[in-house]
Amino acid sequence: MAITRGFHGRRVDADPARVPPGQYVTEGFPVLSAGPTQHTHTDAWTFTIRGEVDEPLTWTWPQFQALPHETVTVDIHCVTKWSKLGTAWTGVALDTLLDGVQTSADYVLAFSDGGYTTNLPLQDLRDGQAWVAYEYDGEALEPEHGGPARLLVPHLYFWKSAKWVRGLELRAHDEPGFWERYGYHNYGDPWKEQRYDGD
Amino acid sequence: MLETVVENSQATTIMFDFPDWPGFLAGQHVDVRLTAQDGYQAQRSYSISSAPEDEHVAITVERLDDGEVSPFLTGELRVGDELEMRGPIGGYFVWQDTDGGPVQLVAGGSGVAPLRSILRHHRAIASTVPMRLLCSARSLELLLYRDELTSPVDDHVEITLTLTRDQPPDWAGYGRRVDRDMLVEAAWAPAHQPLCYVCGPTPFVETVAGTLVDLGYDPGRIRTERFGGTGT
Repeated sequence: MAITRGFHGRRVDADPARVPPGQYVTEGFPVLSAGPTQHTHTDAWTFTIRGEVDEPLTWTWPQFQALPHETVTVDIHCVTKWSKLGTAWTGVALDTLLDGVQTSADYVLAFSDGGYTTNLPLQDLRDGQAWVAYEYDGEALEPEHGGPARLLVPHLYFWKSAKWVRGLELRAHDEPGFWERYGYHNYGDPWKEQRYDGD
Repeated sequence: MLETVVENSQATTIMFDFPDWPGFLAGQHVDVRLTAQDGYQAQRSYSISSAPEDEHVAITVERLDDGEVSPFLTGELRVGDELEMRGPIGGYFVWQDTDGGPVQLVAGGSGVAPLRSILRHHRAIASTVPMRLLCSARSLELLLYRDELTSPVDDHVEITLTLTRDQPPDWAGYGRRVDRDMLVEAAWAPAHQPLCYVCGPTPFVETVAGTLVDLGYDPGRIRTERFGGTGT
């Protein structure tokens, strides 16, 4: 590790055990998207689980709201180096959505309004690790942050937490999503600093 | 580090000799990693502001007074210093001749950096793809790459400037923030199906990209890059 002459840095008052390597803690909530913000009205919104399932499942917005939901407080880590600690989200656990779904799939391609996709192993969505969130900090999720609903998978870099998510395609084989095709890491574990292809 | 060019009171362009540099596409960025004596590290991403054909790799850094990395890069870094850099990164917010056009570039503040890379690349390869840039800066003093943007030399590029806060007495360009009317007047019309690149601070990109969608531009042909600092 080469020392940068004259650089001292500015340590933040954050628990180092909660900040992955190469990240800095921000109090703000930066916005990053590859294209324009999507604006989908909830009356036109559905959430679908399709692919390697016997019957695709679809929920309308009212049906989705009627599902058991939970509020979780998690740390999020963006590949562009910011981390935000203690963020509070309300949504439906993927365990709830996947409950009773019979599948031989090992992978998921999440898809969103605007054409965005991201891929994850199915097991990363189970066991209390992932949600479809529609509230942030007690308020309806703003469109620029992915509202009406976004995927929330806080143990992976935040591009995996697809904004404007509309469903999951269960797949027998892994298929890279949007950023994964543009040189970002296929899995994206912030604690292993898996930012880019080859990390 | 080879050389710096002070663009204005807030921004500096820094040129590097990058050993084993693999080349890049106009619009891509690099990661800079700084390491303090005790091992503490800070990393940030910066768009490349030079063209792939330029001799050296350049980034343009805007000094954020409450920043951690930008005051170091613009104030402490000296010619001959070595930095840990990684790149090129990002494959979406890029333009190559094969992407065609027409191309509409819209920049706010330091968001012009990757678009300058695209403009210089366009000129270096003598592309005939028609390109327009609508660039917003607070004042002529704060306009980055002022000479290049006020005296364009590429026949296939049209540049429109707007100075949102201070305009010189003889200023003939726009003097307000980018808005719907300005996009209607200065940008390729939606009927031309331009490929759009919008770069700047988050509120600027949200406003411009949202207005373009409202005006009927194809959202699938609007690529965005948001420069955030720490965001809101």
